[in-house]
Amino acid sequence: MTATTSEIPPPAPADDRVGSRSAATRTLSRPEIGALLGAVAVAILFFAVAPSFHQVNTWGTIIYQSATIGIMAVPVALLMIGGEFDLSAGVAVTSSGLACALLTWEFGLNVWTGVVIALVISLGIGVFNGWLLHVTGLPSFLVTLGTFFILQGANLGVTNMLTGGVSSNSINDMAGWNSAHAVFASSFKIGSFTLQIVVIYWLVLVVVGAYLLLRTRVGNWIFAIGGDADAARAVGVPVVITRTGLFMAVGFGAWLMGMHMLFNFNNVQSGNGVGNEFIYIIAAVIGGCLLTGGYGSVVGAAIGSLIFGMTQLGITYAGWDADWFKTFLGAMLLLACVVNLIVRKKADAK
Amino acid sequence: MTATETEVRSPDAPNTPILELTEIGKSYGNVHAVRGVNIVVRQGEVTCVLGDNGAGKSTLIKVIAGLHDYTDGEMKVNGEVRHFPSPRVAQSSGIATVYQDLALAPLMAVWRNFFLGNEIRRKPFGTLDIKQMKQICSDELTRMGIVIPDLDRAVQNLSGGQRQCIAIARAIYFGAKVVILDEPTAALGVKQSGIVLKYIIAARDAGLGVIFITHSPHHAYLVGNHFVILKLGRVTLDAHRDEISLETLTTEMAGGDELAELSHELQGTDPGKVVQSRSGGHVTAPKLSRDELQEVLAEEREQEQ
Repeated sequence: MTATTSEIPPPAPADDRVGSRSAATRTLSRPEIGALLGAVAVAILFFAVAPSFHQVNTWGTIIYQSATIGIMAVPVALLMIGGEFDLSAGVAVTSSGLACALLTWEFGLNVWTGVVIALVISLGIGVFNGWLLHVTGLPSFLVTLGTFFILQGANLGVTNMLTGGVSSNSINDMAGWNSAHAVFASSFKIGSFTLQIVVIYWLVLVVVGAYLLLRTRVGNWIFAIGGDADAARAVGVPVVITRTGLFMAVGFGAWLMGMHMLFNFNNVQSGNGVGNEFIYIIAAVIGGCLLTGGYGSVVGAAIGSLIFGMTQLGITYAGWDADWFKTFLGAMLLLACVVNLIVRKKADAK
Repeated sequence: MTATETEVRSPDAPNTPILELTEIGKSYGNVHAVRGVNIVVRQGEVTCVLGDNGAGKSTLIKVIAGLHDYTDGEMKVNGEVRHFPSPRVAQSSGIATVYQDLALAPLMAVWRNFFLGNEIRRKPFGTLDIKQMKQICSDELTRMGIVIPDLDRAVQNLSGGQRQCIAIARAIYFGAKVVILDEPTAALGVKQSGIVLKYIIAARDAGLGVIFITHSPHHAYLVGNHFVILKLGRVTLDAHRDEISLETLTTEMAGGDELAELSHELQGTDPGKVVQSRSGGHVTAPKLSRDELQEVLAEEREQEQ
């Protein structure tokens, strides 16, 4: 193209309206910065009012609590950055655990067979959500609200049909239980710190999720379909496949969490999980994800989950009335959103 | 520019048609958005497609870009009849489109937008080569006379001209043989329009076929080799630069006969008159005849698509 270079207008007087920004401003404009400030504030608050926060073993519990939210918050955050919701995420965890427990017990299978079937079912729910979204063109809020009710009913109905009760039968005497328990629900002592294995899974998911989002082609596509799906399609991004993949990632998270719940407690309550979908979404929003898509952070969602864990246990440890937990949560959500908004505006204005 | 250097046509065959539309038609149900359109795009030529709102320009672009398939006629790319199932296929056949709304994701960084759908990856894990992508993006934009110091900025913080340039530079960088520009100057000021027009010439000289969609005959006449005017989905004028003057083009574009008719209708309204303001005056909306209403509705439909 050397021949044409002369035809191109000479670098005109530089447009100085978009200047470069200082490192500090750039740091402030990162999506997870609001959550980080919030986490520090919450930690300081409970450190002051709850003496148990000074003990190492308390932190083992807090981090475990955060992981049970955080494992789902990672794929839910990715999905939100991709511009969609999944309201079925909460009950999908229960569905996955029930699928494994009921099938294993009913047909006398090896526990691992049940685990694999549960994975297929969980991923299948994700594919179903993505496919339904594609063929109906309805907003994901409605589509997954439908899936939410379908799963909630099926959890109760199928469990009652097979066991005559509201929980799956105990499967801890079935073949493969011990190894499955070790994989999904074991814990290690490091001094007085108890490390649950799901915490490791959580951290791995956060690293993989953050890498996927910021350092791979797929991450670029996720941002793009959340920001402007038509624009993404116009430059050749496979929108439907990427979106369905995100729903399947939520399915995978639900499976991992469902397996932990099953092998940790030996059985699954069929009514569990309702309402948790909002907790995952809130963790993602506190972490800087926009409800409208196209912006957000996996690391932020992890910090959001940590804020949750600290608050949930902090209220108990501080001796406050636990009835107020949800109120505190709501106030914190609003505060987080406002702080995120202010921080971002300030950073953009500089 | 190494990626495109190999793509550049040798100048010894400057008039090979790259893209040939023959009697192309596209209907949505019983609405014929485009009917019997013939357009030939040659290498190293700028083909201007002019038309008022609702003339079928957007539909025509969508057909060529692979967003919609055509329902009548045939489209030949390099002499081969093609139907594009998706924009990705159109792109890999060398047809790039810069849309009016630019197809940029507003909250994404400049460099991420530039490489969207064509990311450079490093082996073995497919990690994005961010450093290289930023470097190329910066070089390409500088060549267009656009300096953006911080490529991590979200596209929504840039000016309209800057965004336009990113979109055009992106299309050309990724080895397009035909570039379709959908009203690139419509939202720009005079100076920024000038930059875009100069870049259209640069693309032509690089041996690309340019389809320049516009409703400004002045902009079209500054750069065009060939002019096609669309009206209500049909071609009403198809002329080479030698066969037409700017005046004729402007008149044709403004509607020619229709303009004469309108001027007849407005006779006696005394356009120079200044009316003293008075209280209690009210305006009666002009009544449209059935045919006029149909035309207005057709325009609106077209805009929505």
